Amino acid sequence: MRKLLFESLIRPPLTERAPQASDAAVDELARALDGMARRKLGRSLSIRAVDAGSCNGCELEMHALNNAFYDIERFGFRFVASPRHADVLMVTGPVTKNMREALKRTFEATPNPKWVVALGDCAKDGGCFAGSYAVVGGVSDVVPVDLHIPGCPPPPIDILKGLIALLDGANGKAPTAKV
Amino acid sequence: MSRKNIPALADLIEADRQVEHHAPWRRAVVAPKTWNLAVEQLAAGRWSLLGLWGEPDKVHMALLDEAQTIGVISLDCRGGRYPSVGQHHPPALRLERAAADLFGLAPQGLPDTRRWLDHGQWGISHPLAARPGGPAAASSYRFLAAEGESLHQIPVGPVHAGIIEPGHFRFTAGGETVVRLEERLGYVHKGIEGLMQGASIDRAAKLAGRTSGDSTVAYSLAFARAVEAALGITPPGRAIWLRALMAELERLANHLGDIGAICNDAAFAIMHAHCGVLRERVLRAADAAFGHRLMRDRIVPGGTASDLDEAGTSAIRSLVAEIRRRFPHLVELYDNTASLQDRTVATGRLKGELARQYAAGGYVGRASGRDFDARRMPGYAPYDELAFDVPVLQEGDVNARVWIRVREVEQSLSLAEQILGRLPAGPTLVDLAAPEGPREGMALVEGFRGDILAWLRIGEDGLIERCHLRDPSWFQWPLLEAAIEGNIVADFPLCNKSFNCSYSGHDL
Repeated sequence: MRKLLFESLIRPPLTERAPQASDAAVDELARALDGMARRKLGRSLSIRAVDAGSCNGCELEMHALNNAFYDIERFGFRFVASPRHADVLMVTGPVTKNMREALKRTFEATPNPKWVVALGDCAKDGGCFAGSYAVVGGVSDVVPVDLHIPGCPPPPIDILKGLIALLDGANGKAPTAKV
Repeated sequence: MSRKNIPALADLIEADRQVEHHAPWRRAVVAPKTWNLAVEQLAAGRWSLLGLWGEPDKVHMALLDEAQTIGVISLDCRGGRYPSVGQHHPPALRLERAAADLFGLAPQGLPDTRRWLDHGQWGISHPLAARPGGPAAASSYRFLAAEGESLHQIPVGPVHAGIIEPGHFRFTAGGETVVRLEERLGYVHKGIEGLMQGASIDRAAKLAGRTSGDSTVAYSLAFARAVEAALGITPPGRAIWLRALMAELERLANHLGDIGAICNDAAFAIMHAHCGVLRERVLRAADAAFGHRLMRDRIVPGGTASDLDEAGTSAIRSLVAEIRRRFPHLVELYDNTASLQDRTVATGRLKGELARQYAAGGYVGRASGRDFDARRMPGYAPYDELAFDVPVLQEGDVNARVWIRVREVEQSLSLAEQILGRLPAGPTLVDLAAPEGPREGMALVEGFRGDILAWLRIGEDGLIERCHLRDPSWFQWPLLEAAIEGNIVADFPLCNKSFNCSYSGHDL
């Protein structure tokens, strides 16, 4: 383990390698996000993920935000374990009828001010699952949504872009969430 | 019959009303007596249950016998009833409860008649029956009892603490020790099989690819193979090899991510960080090669929707080289860290008998001695032309499940290399011809988690009449309940992650 740790010390961080276009985009976003997150939220925005019926694809890309390439925590964005710790609910999936109540309660358990981000194509309007007897529809059919990030699933870079948009939108504007 | 009193599946199907146009394996509509004879074979542990699903007034069972023959038997359910399989063979229990919820089929003698997928929220009952019923009354779910001095219950979910899918776990614990775990699932039931009825093949393929996000390649492949079997189509050679390449990349990404995540649940974050980097590299290579990080909608009935160019090939080659360079150090780290081994060795042990009884696929089965891999048996192209080992261990603990995945990473790297070296040239897609009458097809495909079964019927109009997709998790979730018994509550995340069952694939 010592060898591995030592190598990690002397190897350049993955996040600063920029030979590929996508890596350059990460850097650009990193700079933009850093400034904004610090200005508005004092370097802390807590995100609570809620899967309201997704196929799990969006969750995989949310997980990727935590890897060394995107390292979302360096901007002060954190995935937290309880809605009571959260500023943002990041909701995925078409909302299933079996999850409607749980989503409502999670929203109600989140303290104000709060924002809701609907993540992925299904979260907008139910996507390819719309019209099913078991599906309510999009996230906005159950809780108020501040931002929608499209994609099936959205790649991590798009989720980061979406968070910037959220912070932009939040400029001088109160979040939608009121209970 | 090979031995007295022990029938072979082929004989049962031969003796009964065989269904025309069911490929590649046979299906027969059987008499209740034959149905019961098959249930006896399951209960005696001679045969394995591959799936059980309903249709209005019909129930089907996919079976695997001792001679490794696969077949489907179907029973007409007069008055919506049929003799329960689950009363004699517990692996069928939840499948029967699901078929009861969706089709209103009543298994006679089923010991557990609680609703499973239907939580009383749909506004209708038996949505896929010929005549759906009025709304089911929402009632509180009766969890199974555990009695004893000083026992307490811990309810968890459906919204979990991590970035995970929703489901409910009800623990009964005596102090720190889990006495009983009961799962309640169905929260992400999207009605996929209902949406598929009457859908075009293209739309149904998209739905199949969204059944379980981490297995989108495997599901698309299972669905495409079932369609192709039904229509009697063989996709072009290049497509067959590209599909296998995508399937191995998907296996790599999931195994790498999960090996790290299992260690993370033992609070060993450095493995998680390094494995996460390797996983990200797989996804980026997949994006470069096939234009999507998870390779969604890249496999379609008739072939593949994208081809592989030189840049994609070199992205995968350098990926394989990178993982070969980094991964052995991580394996060494895993193996040489006593504090980590202390958590994974002898934790969450799944007995071999249970793995066999439930026909548990994937690393869950193979870590407990069940030597089964759909790529080898029944097998499908191009794996018959590729060299690979199927690792099997007997211990059945978290550690064994980690090691199976480690070995499978190595095998997938070798397979990816072999495929790149022998990839035939040519087109990647053929047109689907409209069928002359109803056609049925079936496929068994090895996803990273285990064997996925797809069964479907295409009508004369070329639309899907009925499609059933059976996730490997159906036969793994119940085993997690068994594996956690006697372990401490704090080891549940570790055990759970080492199984990594799908919620969405199961709830459908």
